[in-house]
Amino acid sequence: MTTITPNIIAEHGLTAEEYQRVLDILGRAPNLTELGIFSVMWSEHCSYKSSKKWLKTLPTSAPWVIQGPGENAGVIDIGDDLTAVFKMESHNHPSFIEPYQGAATGVGGILRDVFTMGARPVANLNALRFGAPDHPKTRHLISGVVAGIGGYGNCVGVPTVGGEVNFHPDYNGNILVNAMTVGIAPADRIFYSKASGVGNPVVYVGSKTGRDGIHGATMASAEFNADSEEKRPTVQVGDPFTEKLLIEACLELMATDVIVAIQDMGAAGLTSSSFEMASKGGLGVELTLDRVPMREEGMTPYELMLSESQERMLMVLEPGKEPVAEAIFRKWGLDFAVIGHLTDTGRMVLTWNGETVADLPIDPLAEAAPEYDRPWEPTPPAPVVDAADVPEVPWTEALPALMGSPDLASRRWIWEQYDHMVMGDTVQRPGGDAAVVRIHGSERGLAMTTDCTPRYVRADPVMGGRQAVAEAWRNLTAAGARPLAVTDNMNFGNPEKPLIMGQFVGACQGLAEACRALDFPVVSGNVSLYNETEGRAIPPTPTIGGVGVIDDLDRMATVTFKAPGEAIVVIGERPDTRESGWLGQSLYLRELCGREEGAPPPVDLEHERHVGDVVRGLIQAGRVSACHDVSDGGLLVAVAEMALAGDMGAALTLAAPSAAALFGEDQGRYVVTVPAEGVTGLLAELGTLARHIGDTGGTGPDAAITLGGAEVALSDLRAAHEGWLPGVMGA
Amino acid sequence: MKSAVIVFPGSNCDRDVAVSLEQTTGRPPVMHWHADPALPEDLDLVVVPGGFSYGDYLRCGAMAAHAAAMTGVRKAAERGVAVLGICNGFQVLCETGLLPGALMRNRDLRFLCKDVHLRVETTDTLFTGHYAPGQVIRIPIAHHDGNYVADLATQCALEDEDRVVFRYCDPAGKVTEDANPNGSLDNIAGILSEERTVLGLMPHPERLADPRLGGTDGRPLFASLLEALS
Repeated sequence: MTTITPNIIAEHGLTAEEYQRVLDILGRAPNLTELGIFSVMWSEHCSYKSSKKWLKTLPTSAPWVIQGPGENAGVIDIGDDLTAVFKMESHNHPSFIEPYQGAATGVGGILRDVFTMGARPVANLNALRFGAPDHPKTRHLISGVVAGIGGYGNCVGVPTVGGEVNFHPDYNGNILVNAMTVGIAPADRIFYSKASGVGNPVVYVGSKTGRDGIHGATMASAEFNADSEEKRPTVQVGDPFTEKLLIEACLELMATDVIVAIQDMGAAGLTSSSFEMASKGGLGVELTLDRVPMREEGMTPYELMLSESQERMLMVLEPGKEPVAEAIFRKWGLDFAVIGHLTDTGRMVLTWNGETVADLPIDPLAEAAPEYDRPWEPTPPAPVVDAADVPEVPWTEALPALMGSPDLASRRWIWEQYDHMVMGDTVQRPGGDAAVVRIHGSERGLAMTTDCTPRYVRADPVMGGRQAVAEAWRNLTAAGARPLAVTDNMNFGNPEKPLIMGQFVGACQGLAEACRALDFPVVSGNVSLYNETEGRAIPPTPTIGGVGVIDDLDRMATVTFKAPGEAIVVIGERPDTRESGWLGQSLYLRELCGREEGAPPPVDLEHERHVGDVVRGLIQAGRVSACHDVSDGGLLVAVAEMALAGDMGAALTLAAPSAAALFGEDQGRYVVTVPAEGVTGLLAELGTLARHIGDTGGTGPDAAITLGGAEVALSDLRAAHEGWLPGVMGA
Repeated sequence: MKSAVIVFPGSNCDRDVAVSLEQTTGRPPVMHWHADPALPEDLDLVVVPGGFSYGDYLRCGAMAAHAAAMTGVRKAAERGVAVLGICNGFQVLCETGLLPGALMRNRDLRFLCKDVHLRVETTDTLFTGHYAPGQVIRIPIAHHDGNYVADLATQCALEDEDRVVFRYCDPAGKVTEDANPNGSLDNIAGILSEERTVLGLMPHPERLADPRLGGTDGRPLFASLLEALS
């Protein structure tokens, strides 16, 4: 038997203090298998040891929340006896090392989290962050990640309908791949992971177990260095075909009454799934590891417990119902094995060749998981940028430059590689504010979006955290949806550094404030820390995935200009910012003046809520023909995006078109179009909240945006907007 | 009209086409499991749907061509039952030899999901009677391997016998290189068997057969079948 040396302990990512705690719990030295189990259960990835204290401060309840954080995914009531089940999860480290498989298995993992709960997945989204476009690795990473997401999602037949992409040099060594799945389940058929019933069989289904991904969770809990490339063997390999079969087999089985509890095998595989199920049920579990379906010969208990082979599930069944389940899994050509049973001992006992190879107390191990109150420092406030100190670039130059800049250019090259229409319910395809998927067989829809503006969060974590939530809420609102809840994916650097921990704490505060003010609770999430390379951290990126409901698809809004001669109205401006917008941290400042600086735009949550409720009311009443929120790039970029979507020009009549007024990124604003007959009434009703800034018009080759006697042809804007990404990718 | 949709492990447009069939014909199709060689009696139409049959880890459609259900499909086709293969279904029909030629990886080597324009090249079929000759329609594609190839003899036979049903074109109906999304020979998007009862096409008519999804240009294909086969 292997002797546990300080070296082995360090290789398993445990500190001396944490190892002492292992000794205290066991009253003896662990063997290697046991040490491996402690190591993954107490890794940052599985234990949330640095983040737990702050995650607890997020609001997680509302009358429509059925299941908040702590399960495989969050569950909300969407009416008609249906629920939406959703979560977002990161697969950052694996995607950097092996972009195709890293991204693909990220999609596979989040799909499993959702169908484990009884939901049929109906949509995937993804939030991606890459390094500088001209960094030598960026192209390779984009093409691999996009192909991996597509390769997995297209094959399983779940449409990939939305997401976002940012580029920044500080992601050069740590890209972010955050994948979100939304599913729909009947309200009376939600499945949970809490085991019950001493003696009930514990069943393994899905793919066989191989040696892939051993110690993936530990890898995801450490900084990168020059050796990280050597960790490639710890990246798992995805098999979307098996996942598709697993979805169909699980949903078929879930229609019967034989499942007591179910949990997918994600990070830390069999260890984490069996531990969590037993721990939640206050029970013990005994597993005969010889019965685990294995892909190769000569595997050890250590490897079986730590493997992160994909497309596997663990279930507890009603006693005697094994044949029902087995028949379904065999029909779908999947492995099925009864590998153990529940006990009342509160211990996890593993046997191999008739010998006990691990015997661990479950509750002490789970409860004694380290929880740190890490020291943190707030981010020093950034000075407010005075618009008077910012050079004025003529809008005719600035607008095409912005529309073809990395963070604003069209993502068509990416989403055309994703099947975004399979399942036949995609009513708003990628490219708008929110994606909308019809609830199958009805005239209602689910709207969804992912949002975060990392440059704001870095400048002011609290305000940036608020903004991420507010923008998600705004994007759902702009489609006419009632925003209901969010999932959060917290991507940060090394939490052992007080300034990084301070970013996390600040972002949580901002998230919590916004979620409360907007009645938009957090129902699921994921934390990814240690996103640093050679000591350099990523911009703090708390990605928010929002979900809302559209009660009548006839009253859904899109960003597209619909008809010429309609009024273009901006709603939500504060009268004092009309002529001097907020340029700090704006894309205008970064892309045209080369300055990434200043305080980000403030988010006034009361104003945000009021304006959003007004806009949603107008959409639901059928009084506006198009709607788009104002975000990155400011007012003129929003108008240009609507014009491009509708292939129709705009004649703007803004009085003082300064760069700050056109490109300032003041929050809480929407651009809508209003048919001529409704304009006067709408403006009178909204008073200073609304301003008529021009009219739609002009189609065909001469279509243009005109303002102050100058014009920019839509064809030029389109060339800049559509040309950038294919240009970078050389296709 | 009595129809069946073959369900392979990995099919993922089986439900989508079933919805379109039911909406157009008022009658849900039989969902026929791949392992069963005996198709239902009295069928008028068999649909081989889109998806990734058996994962398509080999050449697309190569595994499915050997599925038990395909024996039944081949027999049905021999009896003159109409067979429609969409996307992966087209690949499967080529692999079984029910249609000539093959579908290679797209010219740009990437999966491509987008609306394309198609010109209806012939209306002398069970599948296209409700379109006008030369009509330009908008239908989505979603595939990685839709680059149609065939030898010269096949190419000539397809042309001479009026068996090219759809060609990729621009919005004005011009068949150009730019309008060819995947590099297909002569912009071919869909072809008929010699007997004109088997149609394979890469685009997905079932994805634009409902106004809620942004278009209905796919619907006449199902309406044509309903009229021709009822």
